[in-house]
Amino acid sequence: MNAAVEFLSVSRHFGQVRAVDRVDMTIAEGSFFAMLGPSGSGKTTCLRLISGFEKPSGGAIRIFGEDMGEVPPNRRHVNTVFQDYALFPHMNVRDNVAYGLMVKGVDRRARHGKAEEMLALVKLDGFGDRKPAQLSGGQRQRVALARALVNEPRVLLLDEPLGALDLKLREAMQDELKALQQRLGITFVFVTHDQGEALSMADRVAVFNEGRIAQIGTPAEVYDRPATRFVADFVGSSNVLPPALTQAFGGPARWASLRPEAIRLSTGPEARAKGRVTALRYLGAGTRVALETGGQEIAVLVPAGVPVPEVGATSGLTWDASALHVMEEA
Amino acid sequence: MHSDARPPLGLTLAAIGGLLFLHLPIVLIFLYAFTTEDRSYQFPPPDLTTKWFGVAWNRADIWPPLYLSLRVAAISSGLALVLGTLCAAAMARARFFGRDTVSLLVVLPIALPGIITGMSLRSAFAIADIPFSTWTIVLGHATFCIVIVYNNAVARFRRLGSSMLEASADLGANSFQTFRHVILPNLGSALLAGGMLAFALSFDEVIVTTFTAGQQSTLPIWMLNELVRPRQRPVTNVVAIVVFMATFLPILAAYYLTRGGEETAGGGK
Repeated sequence: MNAAVEFLSVSRHFGQVRAVDRVDMTIAEGSFFAMLGPSGSGKTTCLRLISGFEKPSGGAIRIFGEDMGEVPPNRRHVNTVFQDYALFPHMNVRDNVAYGLMVKGVDRRARHGKAEEMLALVKLDGFGDRKPAQLSGGQRQRVALARALVNEPRVLLLDEPLGALDLKLREAMQDELKALQQRLGITFVFVTHDQGEALSMADRVAVFNEGRIAQIGTPAEVYDRPATRFVADFVGSSNVLPPALTQAFGGPARWASLRPEAIRLSTGPEARAKGRVTALRYLGAGTRVALETGGQEIAVLVPAGVPVPEVGATSGLTWDASALHVMEEA
Repeated sequence: MHSDARPPLGLTLAAIGGLLFLHLPIVLIFLYAFTTEDRSYQFPPPDLTTKWFGVAWNRADIWPPLYLSLRVAAISSGLALVLGTLCAAAMARARFFGRDTVSLLVVLPIALPGIITGMSLRSAFAIADIPFSTWTIVLGHATFCIVIVYNNAVARFRRLGSSMLEASADLGANSFQTFRHVILPNLGSALLAGGMLAFALSFDEVIVTTFTAGQQSTLPIWMLNELVRPRQRPVTNVVAIVVFMATFLPILAAYYLTRGGEETAGGGK
């Protein structure tokens, strides 16, 4: 397996701010790689470092083994789907898609043929003559995708590609992007702050926090075995237990993570802890019950159909011993 | 709001009155170009004639000021197009300390009374020992022409955003291609509008010109002098119509161009 993109201790500082701080990562060729993190965590800067719109303050970036030190954006075999799509408003859809070929000097006929091919790929056949202003948000997004793919990039970068779409469309596009990536076999690197999006689409996820990678792994690894308190909380809003509580819950005196859906409410003898219900949040598919135990709030996800206690009631808690994940972080 | 909602009568009358107040004097200018009375502006005109157009055409003293005005307006709006656009490009893309101050300083000349601009330029030319010429007039006009172009261009640059330029580079375009295929088409109508407005402003400028022209006279200055001398007065009105056309038509065109431009530029959002 080849490395499509390698970061070797890459930093990017803006004045005093370390937007990206000594990041090491390898993105495998043909993978669907997600950079997940809250805003300001450095994930977008990393994307811009790959596309070449930012230059590293330190370290090196390699794309397919080639050092990108002095290579400007227009000479990298990498294309981007921009967050706001950045379509050219004065060109019709066909010319937008064909733009990458036009600047390379491909003749009109060949580039328009290729543009139509790309439009068909994103299911926008027959939209070539429209202007971007005449398209819906979802259609513009597809045009941006077709435009970025027309140059046959070896790596496609997607900056919060689904951020501006409504929920229904977002879910449909998630499946479509995933299918497209598998069909084309090119490396997709996408940035998102939506953990659900990252987990459902990506083969590998890098969780960013304050300019550094907090954890990198498969979605299951990141979700089930968060390396740090930050990852546990950010990915799936897990219960983060301080060492004392972990001990009280039967683990070592270390920070640990306990998923809300891994906890069951139980009043029977198998209850491992007790808590007082402080809040309820109805989510449709279940109810998120907040309980106070040992001076700490613990969230429990009670599936629909299971009775939910009232606020103020006391309830026992139980879980499988394997669900208590002790984190590497001290 | 629907068109069948009629405004009250008083408001309609006030609007009509306001429009008449604004535009009736202009109609008079047109009317007096056709009067047979050439010593005073007598109303109503005793009779109507078109002979003043022929007279104006044959008056040798009209042509040099007209050429000068056209030349000055063309050069100063051309200069403003280059400098104003470059300035707008820099201001729209760069973020630096004091940026807002610089932006204000660029726009300030248009807020400054022309008489101040004129005086300061005159004394500056005197200190630098620069003799008055077409170029001193051009410099004077450029001070406000640049602002017009800058304002038009900077607004368009802002709408253009940086991601479109990045998208162009990302797709393999070099800076020249980005300028040619993305910036220019999006900036074009704003620049044309800015250039036309600048041309119109320069063409009828009097105050700054009087300080920087020396012995030469531009068309507006020629007209001012002509009004003082009561001889073939309607000729001045004929020239006034020419000035009106030379300034009004570009402004009208600029209005339609920027209006249309908003539709296309807004499409990216």
